[in-house]
Order: sequence, then structure tokens, then C-alpha cells
Amino acid sequence: MSLIVDHISYIYDKDSGLPTVGLKDVSLSIPDGQFIGVIGHTGSGKSTLMQHLNGLIKATEGSIYFNGEDIYDKGYDLKKLRSKVGLVFQYPEHQLFAETVFADVCYGPGNLGLDKKDCELRAYDALRKVGFPEELIFTSPFDLSGGQKRRVAIAGVLAMKPEILILDEPTAGLDPKGRDEILGMIKELQQKEKMTIILVSHSMDDVAEYVDRIVVMNHGSIFLDNSPQVVFSHYKELEEIGLSAPQVTYIMHALSEQGFPVKCDVTTIQEAADEIAACLKNN
Amino acid sequence: MLRDITLGQYYQTESVIHRLDPRVKLLGTILFFISLFCFKNPVGYAIAIIFLAVVIFLSKVPFLFMVRGMKAIIFLMVFTSLVNLFATKGDAVLSFWKITITRQGIIMAITIAVRISLLIIGSSIMTLTTTPNHLTDGMEKGLRFLKVIKVPVHEIAMMMSIALRFIPILLEETDKIMKAQLARGADLESGNVFKRVKAMVPILVPLFISAFRRANDLATAMEARCYHGGDGRTKMKPLKYQKRDAVAYVILAVYLLVSIFLGRLWIFDIM
Amino acid sequence: MEIVKAKDVVFEYIRRDDEGEVVGITTAVDHVNLGIEKGDFIAILGHNGSGKSTLAKHFNAILVPEEGSVIVDGIDTAESERIWDIRQNAGMVFQNPDNQIIGQVVEEDVGFGPENIGVPTEEIWERVEKSLKAVGMYEFRKNSPNRLSGGQKQRISIAGVLAMKPKCIILDEPTAMLDPKGRKEVLEAVHELNKKEGVTVILITHYMEEVIDADKVFVMDAGKVVMQGTPRQIFSLVDDLKSLRLDVPQVTLLAYELKKRGVNLPDGILTTDELVENLLSLKRN
Repeated sequence: MSLIVDHISYIYDKDSGLPTVGLKDVSLSIPDGQFIGVIGHTGSGKSTLMQHLNGLIKATEGSIYFNGEDIYDKGYDLKKLRSKVGLVFQYPEHQLFAETVFADVCYGPGNLGLDKKDCELRAYDALRKVGFPEELIFTSPFDLSGGQKRRVAIAGVLAMKPEILILDEPTAGLDPKGRDEILGMIKELQQKEKMTIILVSHSMDDVAEYVDRIVVMNHGSIFLDNSPQVVFSHYKELEEIGLSAPQVTYIMHALSEQGFPVKCDVTTIQEAADEIAACLKNN
Repeated sequence: MLRDITLGQYYQTESVIHRLDPRVKLLGTILFFISLFCFKNPVGYAIAIIFLAVVIFLSKVPFLFMVRGMKAIIFLMVFTSLVNLFATKGDAVLSFWKITITRQGIIMAITIAVRISLLIIGSSIMTLTTTPNHLTDGMEKGLRFLKVIKVPVHEIAMMMSIALRFIPILLEETDKIMKAQLARGADLESGNVFKRVKAMVPILVPLFISAFRRANDLATAMEARCYHGGDGRTKMKPLKYQKRDAVAYVILAVYLLVSIFLGRLWIFDIM
Repeated sequence: MEIVKAKDVVFEYIRRDDEGEVVGITTAVDHVNLGIEKGDFIAILGHNGSGKSTLAKHFNAILVPEEGSVIVDGIDTAESERIWDIRQNAGMVFQNPDNQIIGQVVEEDVGFGPENIGVPTEEIWERVEKSLKAVGMYEFRKNSPNRLSGGQKQRISIAGVLAMKPKCIILDEPTAMLDPKGRKEVLEAVHELNKKEGVTVILITHYMEEVIDADKVFVMDAGKVVMQGTPRQIFSLVDDLKSLRLDVPQVTLLAYELKKRGVNLPDGILTTDELVENLLSLKRN
């Protein structure tokens, strides 16, 4: 059970006079249960790659295998793939449309041809998982706050019971508290529900605390694909492509360059504080 | 998906027609239309065709490019022609079963086909050689006299130019919403008409909401930048007539006189 | 001299149901008093729904207070006949880059404001050129805004405001929808205007890193100004900021965590260099 991207390339507007490269020879293997951060600035191809994973865009070259089957095979059920590989777009609250929160979340499972009762059970379950307040499920989604709308939109995808959940910039436009809540909720989905999570972001700071692995995209190709520690140790290369490592990385490197014997591969504030405090004590 | 739709597209090139003041082109198009409805004989149409051919040649827009945009309207043209072909009474030329084709019917069908083609090509010359901005500017200034009868000319022009600016944004947005609903298992391509219309609801509702949100934002932004209608407004790019515009007006007047005079002269009548 | 002064400002949003009956009142701005000095770079911080954007809309008379008053460059915003003077003096840039550009060509958009206030044609061109150069977008003047990045679009919007020769510019979360690169571009442009042109800047944001270089910071919560001071003063109060659902820059947070672990550091450390220096001197001792 996994998703394998095998040397795919994608060219925009292939037939027009102005073809642009969207993806260039991208290979990726996504094992079950991993929490992956995909980082890159606007136009790096990260969103394009995500839309390949559930078959919304078809690669011009290469193949994608989901659970051992080539999704480009004739007769492959793309609708089923989309239910298994859930994709939450940027600003997903802009896709809400139904009269009540509950009806909106039922839309996905309804499209899968489930009967009414199953849809409702799934919708209820999904809203619970995203921590949506129960007393509001029959209100209009348009009366909710920004953070709550986003939860509803994520629940709408979760209700299809995907094995892999892809979220494109799920914290864009939220304030710090809203951001921490959404990221915490996603982490819980991975840990409790054993879901595979792919989190697309342009902020290293956001993902550093949460992910097991970071894929850095640049100009439609994969630039780095490794653990956060290893990726951040390449902070100078990251800067060259217009990205930056978390501030902690810079502090630790600056300290170590000044002869402060700290390890540089910490990724969170807590780890950094422990490391520095320990160093000072040994002094 | 939706990127293929082109609206009032502008063909970028250097030509004398491109350089003309938009008011000339606007008025010219209207006068050309009027002339088409005045003709009573083929000579008028012949003059119109020659006139249009010269303009197309001068505009440097490839004729094929122009015709490609007509595909959708050919159906309408054929349909109207056929209706006229069968419905016009007169001297029978051919008759079978319950259908009679008359001489007048044939002439009428051909006239209609020619007239619609000329109308479409004539108006597309304007949109092909004038940027949307220029066109709205031309409308605003050229039709200013309509203000006397309380037509909000400035407001209409402003609406047109805002609409033109937001068309690509909304098309992109539609694409995004469609993809998002597809990711939620939406099926937009199968089923009967009723089902398909129903499947559009999850796309149209968010699209309308978004359009209203944008409209609201834009209105606030415009007010914040001191927009308060057309009164007391100056222009960054004011329209100014050049010598070539005067020449164009003279040519237009000559065309109008000659074509309508000959086009209504009884000696060329074939009806 | 104070260019913007808010005296006891109150603003309420009244929600009505379909029949027009009042179903709820939200006090978005609750008895706010503040003064902004000419030429300063001011930041207003707060989480979503804290009332910071509502307050900002009072500074150029998009909203008029229900109680109290707002004075912009000596004019009370309640004087409706001088509304265009106020809006010219206090320009505003909004959050969504797409929803505030009117022109289909960059230079035409920048010229929109001057057109509205009746600037002669030749002067419009001069102002457009100068404004676009000030934000580093002159080479894009003939482009369509649709083809630009978010950061570039926001710089166009800033140029559009600048072309009206405002004394003060209010930016309502101008970077919320941008990527890090775009955020950097916009902030650099704004700081430059403040320094070179002497324009007073009021930046509304929830990104802490963006306020480090401000002259003064106001923090809002539930419609009230709850903290004000220099960035250093504000950031030394890590616990308070956390309880207000706000972030602290990572360096400041690290310093705070180190202090909790018994390391002797001063309050309100704002930059990496400061922290490294302080730690090194500790180590030497």
C-alpha cells in the first residue's frame, strides 16, 4: 500500500505556442503512515505535483503507481483514486457550497455512491476528527469564522476516508493560533488514524516541528528529499533557491562557528534550548 | 480547460487600422451596420464587401484568423437562411412534398447570409484591432453625448473595463473550484442533462460567492483610492484625434454615400 | 506632530436576520485611543478578529466611528465633505492582491488614483513613473497585472497609493496571502518609502517578524489596545503575547526558553546576532 511516482514530467500548454515546463523528471516514493512536508516557493511545481497524485493532471511522461496499479492504465477508476488520495486545496473554504455544514461534508461520500446513512456517519465522524463543535453542524458554513470554515473543508475530504491526505498550504491566511490548531489536528490524524500526510507549504518554520521528511522542490524538480535535520543542514543551498531554514538552524550554526560546541541538527526551539543550556552547564 | 475561451480578443500587430482612434472605429462599425440594412440590391453589398476587404487588408490581421472565430455563429447563419429560404412567399422555383422554394426565398436566404457574415466580420475588425482599454475609452468619450439623455456612459465604460480585467481571474477560479470538487469525487461529465446541471451547483455557488466577495473588495479599494464617478476625473491617456482619423472619417462618409445611393438605386433591383 | 489620532473610538458590527431584526452586536473597536507620529513606522498586531482591520479602515474614512473621533492630518473623518482629502492623505493597501487592482495594464492602475483626484495628464505620467520606480516595478509598467506574482501585485498597489502623494499609508495585512519571497519584497518596499520619502507607515499584520523594525507597536485584542511600546518592550513580554494567541520570533522564543532553564539573558532579544553575542559572553565568563 503506497504511492510511487516514477519519473514523471509535465508540460503546460503543450500544444500551444508557449509550452512551459511544470515538472521535470520527478520520482518519489510515499510509504504508509509518513508525514511529509513539501516545500518550495510559488511556481516551484509543488502544487502541480500534488494534482498529479490524485489524477487531476495527467503527466506528459512517466507513471504513477497507487497500491501497485498504474493509475494511467485504461479503465483505472480515477474517482476511486481521488477518494483514497484526498487532496485539500489552498483556501479550501472557498469550495464550500451547501446550506449546512453537515450537507457539505456529506457531498464527498455521496459522490462515491454510498447510501445516505453511511454518508451521514462518515460526515459526522469526519467533523469529529477535525474538532468541529457539534452544536454548529447544522448552521450555514458561510456564517463560520475562517478557521472553522477550513476545518469543515478538510472534513469534506476526510469523509471520503482517504489513505493519503494531501494539504496544500492548509494554514495560509490563518493567524498563529489558527495555524497551530490546524497543524496539531493534522498531526493527530497521522498519529491516531495512521494516515499518510503530505503537507505542502512555503514555510520551513511551519513544518519543521511536525514532519518526518521534507521534499524541497525547485523549478519543477526535486531539489532535496531527506529528514528535516539533513535538509536544514543544507541551509546555504536553500537560500540560493530563495528558501530559508528555520531561524533556529541559523542560530545554532552561528554559535558553532563562534566556537560554541553545540550540535547543529536540532530543528525545534525546545531542542535548541536544551542543547545550549547543556553546553553552558558543561562549560 | 477554460483557458481556450477567448473573448473579444485583440490581435497584436502594427497597422494603420490599429492606430486609428477607437472612436473612429466605433462610429465606423455602427455606420457600416446601418449601411447594411439600407441596401436593396446586390450592388450595395458588393461595395460593402470590397470596402471590408480593403479594411481587412490594411489591418494586417490574417483572414483565416478572423474566420476561425466565426465557427460558432455559422450555425445561426445557416438556420436563419434556411428559415427564410422556406418561409418566403413568391414565385415558386422548386416544389416537392409540402415545401416550396421561391425565387424571393433564395434571394432572401443569400442576402441574410451575406448580411450576417458582414456584420460579424465588421464587428470583429473592431475588436481585433482595438485593445479592450482603448475600446472602453472610445466608448466613454465617443458616446458622451448620450449623457444628455441620462445614459451613464462613464459607468458603463468602467464596468466593461473591470469585467475585462476580472474575466481571466474568474476563469482561473472556476478551474480551481472544478478541480477541488473533482477531488471530492464530483462527476461532471456523465449522466443526462438534468444530472449535469445539478452537478454544476457545487461549482456555481462558490463561484458566485467568490465573485461577490471580489466585487465588494474591489469597491472598497476603489473608494479608498478616491474613485467617485466620472465627474472631475482626468485621464492618464486622453484620446486625441490625429490627421489619419480625419481622413478615415472622410473615407467613411464617402463609403456611406456611395454605397447607400447605389445600393438603393432602382435600376439594380432584382427583387 | 501627530498625523493620525484616535480618540475613544467605538465601532460595532450589528448582525441582522432576514427580517432585519438585530440578532447580535459585535464591538469590533472598543474605546481605542492612540496617536501616530508623522514619519513613524507603526505596526498594529493582533489575531484574526481582534479588531485591527476594522480600526485601520477608520484611518481613511472607509468607516466612521460610532463614538469618539479619528483625526487624520487635522481633519476629522466625520466631516463627510472632506472625505476625498482624507483618503488622499491616508492611502490604503489591502490583503488580496487581485481584488484591488483596477487597471489592465500596470501603469494604468497606478494612474487610477491620480485620475480620480483630477491630476493633469502630464503630471499623472510623472507621478506614475516616480511611484513605480520607488517600488522597483518600473520595468513592468506595460505588463498585465494578471501575469505578475503576488508580491509584485502588492508593490503595484503600493505604487498606486504612492501616486496620490499621501502623507500616510495604511497596509492591512498586505503579506497574508504571499509567499516568503513576496513578503520580503513588500516589506522592503514599505521600509524604503518610510525612510526615503518620509511617508508615515501603519502596518497591520499578525506576522511578528515584520514588526521588529517598527518604531512603535500596538497590540490589539477584543477591540482594545492591550499593549503598546517599542518592539523590544513588547517582545520581552513573551507570556503575555502567548496568552493573546500571538507568535514571538524564534530568536526571542529561544532566549525566553533559555532563561526558563536558568541562563542569564536580557529581555526582548530580537535578532540572531544579539542572542549569539550574549551567549558567547556568558560562555567566556
